Amino acid sequence: MDINLTLIAQAVVFAAFIWFTARFVWPPLMTLVEQRQKTIADGLAAAERGMKSLEDASSRSDEALKAARAQAQDILAAANKQATQIVEQAKTTAKGEGDRIVSAAREETTREVNSVKEQLRKQVGELAVAGASKILKREIDAKAHADVLNDLAARV
Amino acid sequence: MAVENADHAAAGAEHALTPATYIGHHLSFLKHSVNQGGGFWTLHLDTLITSIILGTVVFGFLAWVVRGATAGVPGKRQAFVEVCVDFVNDQVKGIFDKSFSFVAPLALTVFVWVFAMNAMDFLPVDIIAKGLHMVGVNEFRMVPTSDVNATFALALSVWFLMIFFAIKAKGFGGFVHELFFAPFGAPKLSVNPISWILVPLAMSANFLFQMIEYISKPLSHSLRLFGNMYAGEIIFLLLWMLASTGPLGAFFGALFGTGWAIFHILIVALQAYIFMMLTVVYIAMAHEHH
Repeated sequence: MDINLTLIAQAVVFAAFIWFTARFVWPPLMTLVEQRQKTIADGLAAAERGMKSLEDASSRSDEALKAARAQAQDILAAANKQATQIVEQAKTTAKGEGDRIVSAAREETTREVNSVKEQLRKQVGELAVAGASKILKREIDAKAHADVLNDLAARV
Repeated sequence: MAVENADHAAAGAEHALTPATYIGHHLSFLKHSVNQGGGFWTLHLDTLITSIILGTVVFGFLAWVVRGATAGVPGKRQAFVEVCVDFVNDQVKGIFDKSFSFVAPLALTVFVWVFAMNAMDFLPVDIIAKGLHMVGVNEFRMVPTSDVNATFALALSVWFLMIFFAIKAKGFGGFVHELFFAPFGAPKLSVNPISWILVPLAMSANFLFQMIEYISKPLSHSLRLFGNMYAGEIIFLLLWMLASTGPLGAFFGALFGTGWAIFHILIVALQAYIFMMLTVVYIAMAHEHH
């Protein structure tokens, strides 16, 4: 165990290596590590913010969905109401129209019946005149008895 | 590590080595006298060369990795360096936070360098001795930390730093005051004549205690590392000597050598860690006010 100059030389070398580490190794690496830590922290914070905004967005979308549903319900109800109204109106219109058609038909029929009756009456009158002339055989002048025949025809 | 046993056995036969000369040979330094002066004016070139090469390699590697490092996703190399640095960082932070920007790199330097120097114990001594013998170097000790000069150099550097930080933290007056009034304290000086005796007594007790502390710190710091590495080296040498007894001895030498090497991995890492922790603790203690 002999202590000699090596000790001092070694101490100088040691000091040189300490200086080297403290100058070229430690600070740059620590800077990088701290930078990375900051980046990671920022990333985590951003993720947190993203999470929160996602939550906000989902709650907002829920609200929007609810509103939309309510609106749809309203629209549906209104549509239903309107449909009922339209159907009701259509029913009323159809009924009126039907009535009108029926009454017109009835009128037509009545008129038809009347005209047929008139014709029938005329023909019966003529038949009566023809019968009578046959019976009387030329004793009766058609012209002279026209008013009598007409009277008959009117009475039939 | 098994190879050198046979190697050594051959060498042993050639020069008719005794165990004592074998071990003595492996434990002698490559000396260089400065200005023809002997004694103190000697340099252990092996210790210096090995430690400088190792330091250049490991710190150069660290600096190289740091130069190419990125703040984004680190590569495997960078991740490895960051794990090491983070480990040291956590240890230092756990102990104290003052003078951090200096003490943390200091701790890293100590840990990495001492670890690398300790790890030289794993190199097969006889093969290296053979190789160096061929280029004309007959004495070379591979493990700088088993040279007491190296460990004392580290420990005394830390010791001076410790005193520097003690004075920086407390002022020179505070530092001197602490030498005489800590750790036991002293009674107040009063008109009572007993205190005239008690105060100098307490002060000298404090001073004595402080001196013991200041002397024992670098001694235990350096000798703990030195002793462990020196003992590890000698046990390796003893195991390699088994090989000189024949093939069976070579086999068991290799077997035990492997076992000791595996166990020694723990010692190498642990001693580097302990040396670093003591460095940090001593400097942390220097900042404490009493």
